[in-house]
Amino acid sequence: MYIDPHVHMVSRTTDDYQRMALAGCVAITEPAFWAGYDRSSPQGFHDYFSVLTDTEPKRAAQYGIAHHTWLCINPKEAEDPVFAREVLEIIPEFLKCESVLGIGEIGLNKNSRNELEILEAHLQLAADHDQMVLVHTPHLEDKRKGTRLIMDAIKNHGVLDPNRVLIDHVEEHTVREVLDRGYWAGMTLYPDTKCTPQRAADIFEMHGTDRLWINSAGDWGPSDPLAVPKCRDEMRRRGHLEATIRKVSFDNPLEFLSQTGRFRIDVQPTR
Amino acid sequence: MSTSPPPLPLNRHAVVDRYFLEHRAKVLDLAAFLDRVDRAKPDAADSNRDFRLDSLRGAIALLLDGEPERAKRVLDLMSDPSTEPIAAAPMKGATGAWEGFKPHSTPEKETG
Repeated sequence: MYIDPHVHMVSRTTDDYQRMALAGCVAITEPAFWAGYDRSSPQGFHDYFSVLTDTEPKRAAQYGIAHHTWLCINPKEAEDPVFAREVLEIIPEFLKCESVLGIGEIGLNKNSRNELEILEAHLQLAADHDQMVLVHTPHLEDKRKGTRLIMDAIKNHGVLDPNRVLIDHVEEHTVREVLDRGYWAGMTLYPDTKCTPQRAADIFEMHGTDRLWINSAGDWGPSDPLAVPKCRDEMRRRGHLEATIRKVSFDNPLEFLSQTGRFRIDVQPTR
Repeated sequence: MSTSPPPLPLNRHAVVDRYFLEHRAKVLDLAAFLDRVDRAKPDAADSNRDFRLDSLRGAIALLLDGEPERAKRVLDLMSDPSTEPIAAAPMKGATGAWEGFKPHSTPEKETG
């Protein structure tokens, strides 16, 4: 039994839901993200948020998987602050949905001033509505700088409790600082970028298993919706205790996400 | 209360047994990639001076220095060391290496 706390099922087929269920997935969370193209209007985001809060929970429930979501305008579409603020205005009406866990995945992409301005607007939105936060950190050469800028922005904002914020996509050069500053951290398991299942197992062995989870972030690019069970298998093959494997792939996400009061794992298949 | 990191349960010989072939293949891929770059026709910018290749060569040298935390140090070497937000995003993607990397530059040094 496992939880995939970050996966973009809107980009995946129903077959993937079935495969994940067969591998033991009981619950997922799906942050709003860049769908591979820029949406041309706030209405496009309204439609996307409707898919995340209505269509995907129904698709997941067919296979007994509880579906939850996080809402935002992602940093890749935040370079136009006027447009981004129009999208932010429509988010509160969706926060009433029972499957919405908070604001995410917000953060930075290229570490620009406009991205930072919209990140700060999201932090205020989260504070105004007492929401938890899921953070996207930048890719590749931009990650270390962006991770620090994001954590500084949260600290400077001064309202959000780091224990209610998860900084995602950490790697060897960012994980220690994220944990030391009191945040939860996520490792994304990708074939080419971010972290492999083997490196994630290494990071657990070097940095511990507290406040740290794994996710597939399966989406429309090179990615694997079964990456979490593959990491569990890697840890099992190395000889790690079942309790350790369960902690990083079930107990930790359950503990963090349960703070929302909305996270559940008890969906019966509806097929 | 924090818990201690779970130690790697395998001994060194078992680690080599399990992962050697996989990483032998990766070294060959890397060697073949560098050969492929050399065989390719030079362009105006001379691809041998590409900052991505420079950082890759820097990373390869780092693997052989005998120091620990190689993965972290490779990532640091390929990271943008600046600390201030940029004026505007020039694109959505990332290249995988810091454009300002120069051979023999110090990866840990950060600039504003």
